[in-house]
Amino acid sequence: MTTAVFWLCAVGSVASGIAVFRVDSMARATFALLLSFLFAAVPVLLLDLTYLGVLVVLMMIMEMVVMAIFMIMYMMNPAGLMPMTMVHNQKGSLVIAVGTFLVLATGVLLIPWPQQERARPDDPTMQLGEALMGSKMLVMIVLGLALFATIVSTVVLATHRGRYDRYGDQLERDRPDDPIAGGL
Amino acid sequence: MVETSQWGALVLPALLLSFAVAASSFNAVLSARAAGARADLAHPVREFAGLLVQQRRRTLAADSLLWRAAGITLLLAAVLASLVTPLGHWAVSDLSIGVVWFNAMEVVAWAAVWLAGWGSNSAFGLVGGYRFVAQGLAYELPHMFALITAATAAGSLRVADIVAAQRDLWFVVWMPVAFAVYLLSVLAMAFFGPFDQPVGREIAGGVLAELSGVDRLVFLTGRWLLLVSGAAMAVPLFLGGGAGPVLPDWMWSLVKTAGVLAALVWFGRRLPTVRMERFTEIAWIVLIPLTLVQALVVAIVVMP
Repeated sequence: MTTAVFWLCAVGSVASGIAVFRVDSMARATFALLLSFLFAAVPVLLLDLTYLGVLVVLMMIMEMVVMAIFMIMYMMNPAGLMPMTMVHNQKGSLVIAVGTFLVLATGVLLIPWPQQERARPDDPTMQLGEALMGSKMLVMIVLGLALFATIVSTVVLATHRGRYDRYGDQLERDRPDDPIAGGL
Repeated sequence: MVETSQWGALVLPALLLSFAVAASSFNAVLSARAAGARADLAHPVREFAGLLVQQRRRTLAADSLLWRAAGITLLLAAVLASLVTPLGHWAVSDLSIGVVWFNAMEVVAWAAVWLAGWGSNSAFGLVGGYRFVAQGLAYELPHMFALITAATAAGSLRVADIVAAQRDLWFVVWMPVAFAVYLLSVLAMAFFGPFDQPVGREIAGGVLAELSGVDRLVFLTGRWLLLVSGAAMAVPLFLGGGAGPVLPDWMWSLVKTAGVLAALVWFGRRLPTVRMERFTEIAWIVLIPLTLVQALVVAIVVMP
């Protein structure tokens, strides 16, 4: 049963991945890619990593919907409804794709995978988390703070109307002066 | 304790659908009263039959595949979200990460509504779809923090544990902010008033503009089911699940769900429509800090 589900998802994932480059609309390409990611989430669930699997589903849906909007926005025709193609620099990308596939596939076949002797732990997600981050927790925490600070400062730098634009140079206005009134 | 029953998967859609029909009838009655007309309880049934026989309207160069997929995904997601919602002490599935599952299935609405707007190749539809995604960015974070607050208090993402943690005191009593934000975000998620801009009248119905016949029926049913699933999940998360005197626990679950649903429909109709860019400001400047403080308070209280 598990094997059948795995192969179904493996084939489905590759097929929808190919579909990304075969369809002629940005919306279809984005949602084909989403489908491919969702198929890839199921094997994670098969490993009893329920939390990670469902999280992949959640994040990928949100991400690809936002992605669809941005991709369509950046297209030549902003309505995005004209036929388009996802294939550029065909020879180069083919070489890179085949090369990456060969390297990864050789890796899969050559690595001496550990044999499962003990029973599966009760909470594999916890185990995986500890294995990945346990000894590097301090780094992770600092990194998290640094990333968050970067996000905040980027937004502050990029915002085109700050509080001095809204409330005056001395912050003297009671109500902000906005292009669209009624904001907080 | 929650017993899981595979057979529940057969009962669940029927149960959700009856709630959806009841809520839709209630909505129709309120509409009739507001218009000074005679209350018409059978309105949803008549609309159902009407849409069933209505011929499909076609638009030029529509992306039918994505357009059809939209309604079906919305419908499926609403039902799947309720897999982890217990009815008394039964649930179809008692996942260890029930809350995350519920959240993941709700997020499917983002894709579904945007696709419904996109698929018709109509400007109004597309505007409606974009509006929903903007609204999604506004409601999703406060919504997640509200869910996390309930999970933090129980120390578990399993819905059964969250219900069990409320044996002495319902979460609604000591985390009212999370409860209120949760209900607001359920209204926004089902783009029900005051968050109905994605289907606003000024853009000719938005994502619904070109939907007709069976497609419209499927999409609207999905929307009502989404509201029902959200209301039903409020019961185990904040209202003690099936806990209550005299009546059996499944009965309490039904009664509480009906109460929450009726309150949502009534409240949603009371307020004027909120523009989504304004709601985004409110959500990010007011609701997110509020829910964060609520989560902090809860975390301090339950800290071992």
